[in-house]
This record gives sequence, C-alpha cells and structure tokens, in this order.
Amino acid sequence: MAKASTKSGAVAERRPALAGREIAAAAVRVAVLPPAERISLRAPAGSVSALSKALGLTLPTKPKTSASKGGRTALWLGPDEWLVIDEAGKSPVADCAPVKALHSAVDISHRNVALAVTGSGAEATLSAGCPQDLSLAVFPVGAATRTILGKVEIVLLRTAPDAFRVECWRSFSDYVFEFLGEAAHDAAA
Amino acid sequence: MAGTYRIGNAGRLTPARTARFTFDGKHYTGLEGDTLASALLANGIHLVGRSFKYHRPRGILSAGAEEPNALVSVERDAARRTPNVRATVQELYDGLAANSQNRWPSLAFDVGAVNDLASPFFSAGFYYKTFMWPKSAWKSFYEPNIRSAAGLGVSPDQPDPDHYSSRFAHCDVLVVGGGAAGLTAAVAAAQAGASVILCDEQAEFGGALHFEKGAQIDGQDGWSWAQATAAKLAAMPNVRLLPRTTAFGYYAQNFVALTERATDHLASPDRTAPRERLWQVRAKRVVIATGAIERHMVFADNDRPGIMLASAARTYLNHYGVAVGRNVAVYTANDSAYFAAIDLKKAGVNVAAIIDVRDAPSGAAVDEARSLGIEILPGRAVVKANGKLRVSSVMVEPKTGGASRTIECDALLVSAGWTPSVHLFSQSRGKVAFDADTQRFLPGTYAQDCVSVGACAGTDGLEATIAEAIQAGSDAAGKPGKTLKITIKAQEGWTGGMLGAAPGPGTTVKAFIDFQNDVTAKDIRQAVHEGMRSIEHVKRFTTNGMATDQGKTSNMHGLAIAAETLSKPIPQVGLTTFRAPYTPVTFGAIVNHARGNLFDPTRKTPIHPWAEAHGAVFEDVGQWKRAWYFPEAGEDMHKAVDRECVTVRKAAGMFDASTLGKIEVVGPDAAKFMELLYTNPWEKLEPGRCRYGIMLREDGFIYDDGVVGRLAPDRFHVTTTTGGAPRVMNHMEDYLQTEFPHLNVWLTSITEQWAVIAVQGPNSRDIIAPLLEGIDLSDEGMPHMSVREGKICGVPTRLFRMSFTGDRGFEVNVPADYGQSVWEALWAEGRKYGACAYGTEAMHVLRAEKGYIIVGQDTDGTVTCNDAGLDWAIGKKKTDFVGIRGMKRPDLVAPGRKQLVGLLTKDPKIVLEEGAQIVADANQPVPMKMIGHVTSSYWSENCGRSIALALVAGGRDRMGQTLFVPMPKGVIEVEIGSTVFFDEKGERLNG
Repeated sequence: MAKASTKSGAVAERRPALAGREIAAAAVRVAVLPPAERISLRAPAGSVSALSKALGLTLPTKPKTSASKGGRTALWLGPDEWLVIDEAGKSPVADCAPVKALHSAVDISHRNVALAVTGSGAEATLSAGCPQDLSLAVFPVGAATRTILGKVEIVLLRTAPDAFRVECWRSFSDYVFEFLGEAAHDAAA
Repeated sequence: MAGTYRIGNAGRLTPARTARFTFDGKHYTGLEGDTLASALLANGIHLVGRSFKYHRPRGILSAGAEEPNALVSVERDAARRTPNVRATVQELYDGLAANSQNRWPSLAFDVGAVNDLASPFFSAGFYYKTFMWPKSAWKSFYEPNIRSAAGLGVSPDQPDPDHYSSRFAHCDVLVVGGGAAGLTAAVAAAQAGASVILCDEQAEFGGALHFEKGAQIDGQDGWSWAQATAAKLAAMPNVRLLPRTTAFGYYAQNFVALTERATDHLASPDRTAPRERLWQVRAKRVVIATGAIERHMVFADNDRPGIMLASAARTYLNHYGVAVGRNVAVYTANDSAYFAAIDLKKAGVNVAAIIDVRDAPSGAAVDEARSLGIEILPGRAVVKANGKLRVSSVMVEPKTGGASRTIECDALLVSAGWTPSVHLFSQSRGKVAFDADTQRFLPGTYAQDCVSVGACAGTDGLEATIAEAIQAGSDAAGKPGKTLKITIKAQEGWTGGMLGAAPGPGTTVKAFIDFQNDVTAKDIRQAVHEGMRSIEHVKRFTTNGMATDQGKTSNMHGLAIAAETLSKPIPQVGLTTFRAPYTPVTFGAIVNHARGNLFDPTRKTPIHPWAEAHGAVFEDVGQWKRAWYFPEAGEDMHKAVDRECVTVRKAAGMFDASTLGKIEVVGPDAAKFMELLYTNPWEKLEPGRCRYGIMLREDGFIYDDGVVGRLAPDRFHVTTTTGGAPRVMNHMEDYLQTEFPHLNVWLTSITEQWAVIAVQGPNSRDIIAPLLEGIDLSDEGMPHMSVREGKICGVPTRLFRMSFTGDRGFEVNVPADYGQSVWEALWAEGRKYGACAYGTEAMHVLRAEKGYIIVGQDTDGTVTCNDAGLDWAIGKKKTDFVGIRGMKRPDLVAPGRKQLVGLLTKDPKIVLEEGAQIVADANQPVPMKMIGHVTSSYWSENCGRSIALALVAGGRDRMGQTLFVPMPKGVIEVEIGSTVFFDEKGERLNG
C-alpha cells in the first residue's frame, strides 16, 4: 500500500474496502480490483476536444460507450458527464487542471470501489439485479452505463464478452459484493 | 401398479419408477411424473378437501392451474409448510407429504360442515347484512371471530428458509404458453433469428396435447410432436425454454413477470439453490398462447367429489394412465366431452351414459361414441348429483320436464364448453370483445405490442391454430425466416357449449359456480334481486371469482346468470377486469434476494472497523451505521455520554463525521449558484473561508443546513446533513437543470470521497499539528470558519476549522481509504492530550449546549429561519434565492409563530421528553391548549443540569416566563430562556 512520511513520522496507510474478499462460484468469479485514480468529469460539448487532448484519449460522446487508452478509460455517463478511471497510476485531475476550457473535474478516486465480475455466468449474475439488456449484441465490449444493481446504483463497463467492471460507492460495496455473491450462485441457470 | 386405478396400457409415465407419498398421514404410491392429483386419483381418492364457507366435501375438478378445490398443504419440514398448494399443479416426488385443509377433526367427518346445514343464513352479502349491529362489535367481536373461522390453510409460523432469486431478461419474442400454438410460434420466431423466451406453467410442454389424442402433426401424434419441437427449441442458441414457469403479470411496455418453480418438484433439492426464480422479461413482442379453460356444468350438488371436467379426466387417462372411475357418466353441452368418453371406453372403463343438454348433438365424436355402444341422452339435464363424499349417481330429466331417471356412476365428467384464457391480454390493458356467435369474450383492441394465438384467441381447430401461430411467430420476429411448414393429418373438432345454469330446479338447490368461494347460481340471482346491476357489484356482493383461482372456471357462468336475471345481453352486463397475478405468487419470489443483509444496504464509514474494535454502540441513521457512544468498562450509555461530553470540553474529542453529505460545486458560476440555493451571501466569501449555510424550500421553510468552504473562486466544498445528502443533491441538481440552466456550474457528490474526522476541544490544535504539512494553524493563519488544503500523514487533506461543539475544533477530510489510518494517527496524538472518541449522542448534547439546531430534529419542515432564530443567516441585500418569496408569505411573518427557545426545568434533575407538549396554564381543563413542544432534550453534564430546546408560540417574547409540560406522572415546570446554555459569549471557539 502507498505510504508517505510526515514530519512527525506518522504515515497514512491505504485500506481499501472489501480488501481480501473474493467470490468463486461455478461459472463466475467476483474479484475486488486494485485502487485506481478517478475523476467525475463534467463539461459542455465545446470543451470535449481540449479535455480529450489533455487526458490522452478521445472522450466518447455516444451514449453508453467508453474509450480506453493506456490504462485510462473514459465512460460516457451523460451528455456532459464522464467517469474517467486511470489504472496506470497517473492523475487525471492533474491532467485536466491546466485545461482552460469550461469543465469540472472532481477527484473521486476513493469514492468508488471496483469489482471484476468474470466468467461464463457473469452476464446472468448481473442480470439478477440490473434491469438493462446486457446481451453482447446490445451491450457489447466497451459498453458502459450508470444503472442499478438490486437496490443500489452502480456503473457498469463490459471489459470482455465474459467480463464486467462494476463500480459502486464505497459504503455500498458490502451490499454489491454480497448481492453478486448470491447472484453468482444462481448464475449457472 | 402404483394405484388400483392405474391402467396398464394408458398414459406416458414409466410404471417402474414409483414415488411414495402420504396424504393425511396415510401412505400411498404414485409414479414419477404424476401430479399429486393424478397420484391420488390413481389410488381412488377423490375427496381431498373441504370448501371455504360451507365445509362441503370437495374433490379434484381439473388437471391444471385453474383448480379451485384441491388445495392441500405440502409439508417438507417444520419451516417448509406451504398451504393452498393446488394438487393438480404439485408434482409428485418421493417422500411428498400432503395434508387436506379446512377440516376438523378429519376430512371425512368435519364439524364445520354444520355451515352447510345452516347455509340459508349464509347467503350472498351475509356478512354485510348480519354483522351490522351493534356497530362497535364489528372490530372487537365479529371480525376477529369471522377471521379465525374463515381462511384457507394455515400459514407457516417459521421464517422461510429457502432461497429465491431474480433475473431480468430481454428478448425479441416472449411466447407465453407451450401448447401447439406456443411451440409453433416459438419455432417460427426462432427460425427467423429472433431471440425467444418460451414459458409454460407445466413441467412438460404440450398444453392440450397432454390429453388431445386425436391430433396428428408432422407424421407424429400430437404429444410426440410437442416433445420433439421442445427439444428442437432447446437446442437453438437464441431460445430460452422455461418450463414450470407461469407468466403471472403483464405490465406496461411489454414487461411481463414470470415465476419459475425450480425445486418444488424435487425429492431432495439443493438447499443452496433457489426454490423459485422471478423473471422480469422485457419483450419486443409478446405472443400469448395461453389456451382455454373448460367450464363445468351448473346443477344441483355439482361439487360432489368425483365430478370433474371432462378434459381433466382425459388428461388423467391419456397422460397419467389413471381412470377417474370404473363407471363414468358424462354431462355435457359440448363435443369435447365425447372424446373423454371415447378414450375412457376404449381404455376399458364403463361409460354409463352421455347426458347432453343439446337436443340433437351430431358430428364425428357423437357418431364414434354411439358406435362404441355408449348410451347418449340428448336434450336432457342432470338435475341432481347424489352421494356425499363421492358422487354415486345422477338424476337425469328431460330439459322440458318429465320422468326422471337415476344413473349410477362413480365419476361424472362435465363440460359446458371452453373459456378462452384472455387474462394476460386483459392485464395488458387490451379490451376484450364479446363474440355473440360463440358466446365468448375474445381479444378485441390491443393496447400493447402483443398478439393472441390459438384457443385464447378463439381460434378453433389445430390446423387453424398452427397456421395462425406460424404467422404470429414470423411476424413477431420482424423478418421472414425459413418458411415453417407443419402438416396436420388429424385433428379434433369441438363445437357447442353453454353459459350459466343448466336446466333444472334452480331456486333452492346448491348449484355451484365458484367452488373456491362457495358461490351458487342462487347467490348471483339474489344479488341481482337485491339491486346489483353491474357485474363488478355482483362480484363483490357474492365474492364470485374473488378466490385465489380468480374465477377461472366461474366468471362466465356468473356473468351469464346475472345477464339472464337482468334480461340483458352479456356484453351489457360486462366482464370484470383481470388482474395480476394470474395464479398465486409466493412472497419469496417477489422479494427474492432482498432479505437479510440484502433487504437494505447497510452503509459503514471507513472508520467503522476502528469504532467497532473500540466497543462503540452503533445507531442507524438512514442506511448508515453511526457510532452512538463509546462505553468504557462499567459504563452505561448515560455515563459514557457524560464522560464524552466533559472530556471534549476539558481536553478534546474525536468524532467520525464521514457520513455528512458533501457536494463539490465547481464552475465559473459556482458562487452565483450558491447565492440562489442558499439564504446566505457567497459572492464575497473569500477562498479559504467557510460559512454556515441555510437552504430553504420554495415555500420558505428550512430544508437543510451545513458548513460550506470556498476552496477557490470557482470551487465550493458544501456539506449537508447526513440524512439530507441525497435529497439536497437532487434538489440542487433539479434547480440547476430546470431553473438555472444558464449557469456554468456542476455538482459532484463527494460524500464518500472524503472520510471526515472531527477533532474538537481546547487541545484539538495540538493534536492535529504534528501530523500536518503546509498549513499554518495559528489563529491568524487559520481563523475559525476557514478551510485549507494540505497534507496530513503524507496524504491530501481538506482541513476545516469549524465547530459543532462551541469549542475550538477542526474537521479533517482525508481520502476515504486513508480514513482509518489517519484516525489512528490522530488517536495516538489525542491520547497524549487526554482526548476521547465520542459518538453521535455526545455530539447532539454538545451542540444543544450551544443552541445549534439539527435540521429535522429542531425543525420539522414548517420552521422558518426567523422561527429558528437564524435570520442573521439571510443575506439582507439579496434579491433572489430559493424560498425568498415563500418566506414573505403572510402567515410566515405573522406574530405568534412557534419560535425556538431554550427551556430550563425548575428541577434541574428532570430531563424532559422530546416531543412533549407545552402549555401556559397547567390547570386548564383537558384538552389543553398546546402552545409548543420540546424538540431536543438532554442531560448536560457540562452544565450540571438538564437542558432543552423547544418551539413555543411567540417564544422569544416569553423569556423568563414559566410554562408547563403536563406528563402522565405530573406537570413539569419549565422556564423559557436562551437557546445557548454554555459559554454564551462563544469565547471557547478560540479557547
């Protein structure tokens, strides 16, 4: 875990939610993904190209899509809203800071917890609580959506035909994890 | 042989595969593939239950989901006891234990049957008429007694230990019903490339082909074709077959709910697997292929065990290999019953006679029955069934009257024709239309993208049904697929049918229409005579069709009798609306995963594990668990809170404030937006400074409050109450999008980004200082109500200097994953200065000592800034903000409004009850005039006495007055005073 020293010598240790937890069912595995840098990016259409340049990827403008480059993924969540996730340890906040074009970039790295749901039963597992059509034809690899799972809000990204990334707020992660555990058990059907 | 009524060469079950079961404690043997009903019938058992109202002996009427009578309790173990299971639907498994219901002491001798003798008193509307007087007795006497006498079955008294699951599914075509029509439509749609879900309530696909022997499809008998077709569909990747799955609800935009019974048919189900699965299907097109349900004949004592639908008897014979009797009579208005007689005769069962109300029945079936030597009695009616626990004979008379003849029989098969199953179509808000020629309601105007095919659409005959289904399937797929050709070599032709009561004496006898609710033809007539005109009123007055079977066999008869009595055509009397669920659905399936921990999310802060390890007692605040107090050894709540409150003021305290709502408001127009959403002025607040903000609703009442820090000209860090976080965010977003869309500003919830550690008390600065980098903590460098960004323990922090205790205080925001670690570092420092951890209770007391309000406790949605003494928080020069006009409403500025004041009890030891009412004169007569109420009340160890806040009419003009709080144990005297009880001058903020 990341550590940093202070003049008093006290160092803060990072303690992510759900650390060490995992679900392995017959057709599904649910794993907790490592911490990532994240921003909630809000901007009008006129700022998209400047922000894309600063972030090093083309911000998607089509609903329910995402764009990914060099460990950084931008998920379209609304007409002026993206979730940018950086898994390569670079700071999207810092990258957006110099951009003069109108925007709001807010660090939410610690707000979200990410889970990987993988395996042949992954789609069925999520369909236990997500009312959207998650079939590959309708929700292909790279598709992204802010939706619900059971009683909570999640952001869902399909990373492979049999793999999804589920992002939820930190305090809902217990619920999401347990829900996915129950659903994974039933996913063989 | 599993049962003496099992016929060797009939049926599709395997004789060697037996399954043992018990019914009312007696052991029997059935076959795998049996239903409980077919296994009972194989053992010669027709009597399976007692009716709801009259406790009349009842048998098995049907072979399917429409069953009104054969409701039993199936008991797997003490916790798994399911009442009101239809024996015709419950599949047999080895070891099944079932019990009859609604009888005492035994099924054959039931004391409650006295109701049958007393039945003249139990006529339609009986309850409404009889228990009218005295009125007060209804709640205390009549209703409880009626309730205990009524009802079917006994609810389980233990928590349901089974699992239930849920699945959302989407498809191009949902086909409901897997008979000939549904199977064909599914193949046609699937071959055209559509994604298809096909569900059927039965264990095997085939629908009416379970019994209809006369069908030859694609060179096979109908049943074999159905199984081959289902197998073909199962192999297609774009098809999902769901047997044992009932479509029970049809909602908007082709949203259809199904329940799949996953394990109820298994002898030893995997207990970790779900018992049932709720499917919520969104289909582009729905094909309804739900078939038709046979009606019974309405005549005297038509409910005797052994009297059953002709198609049911045929199903028991042709599918289960069970003869429902040895000497069977048939009473019909319809051809299809002849086929039952023919099949039974061919299987070696004696057919006593076919009694047909039609004068001159004709056609292939009639000819064949005659050629088999079956006696046919046309133009006659069964006027009475004899036998009590089992039909023993029937009395037959010519319709026009004349000599009666008694025909011995041990079973009577009845058919008044077929009612198309338009339930789902009607649920979809489609309008049914009455077809006068065939006397039935059929789908008329469609409201959703669905189509009905086969018997449920009134299509008669297999050939026409198949043709219609092919068309519907390929239409539903939206593109023509391979042309589907299905050849029909043979089919059965059915005509005839009647609605209402059969000829015969009808005024005094019990000729049942609705078996489950014990409604007779007489009851319907009586309802009309008593003035009911609409079928909706007749239904409610008689309860016809209101049982759990929803009148699947009874509605049309009831309607026809009402129409006849009213001398009106049927469509003018109308059809009642069909509602979900089509058949009963378990609560388990409806709640599915949402039980236990998944009933509602439990939210915990990043510091929760530390609080747990340090013995915190938690309280629920919305979905959050918050540390309430931290008792030390030997402390109760009172002592712990007293210690925490004193320690905070004497040394310092640490408090987990992570649950506070936090919103980052960013953009060049951020300050303008804040000006509009809050009463306070923000434009001139310098970056690095904080302000206590109040948010109103449009009506001028306080909605939320919180401290707001300005981080930069275009960036605010807004805090809200814990409970208010989501709605404040929605409120802001709502105004931003609808009222102020011109503003360039965006809102982001950062509640969970930051863990918040409040360090409060005179030593707070010393505690945080050694861990901080880059922040000047001097009073000049960081005065009260300011915010700084820097580092603590090497990680980023937003440090607020603010106080909800009245003492010097800080709120340390750190990224959530660092929360606990930073807390621990602060704790280590805090211990050096005698700090304690404190919970929400101490927090409440400390803020009340200072008169700081809690929105939602000291306010209730009807409190203005002025009422709360917070006028100072309104920007006097502001011309606009949400609530500015509401605030000026006459009644909001009128004198005499309730105002927030402090209350001191004359006896300092008495702690008032929150919510207690306040009066000016304790000696006035009851009901007293209440002039206010207590909003917050605590023991304050720091003040050495009790303190309270209250809303009192004209409170600020009553300073020093004595008022009274009347309580059950006596009147408490209180004095009105300031809302600030401690450190009135506020010197400790910098202390």
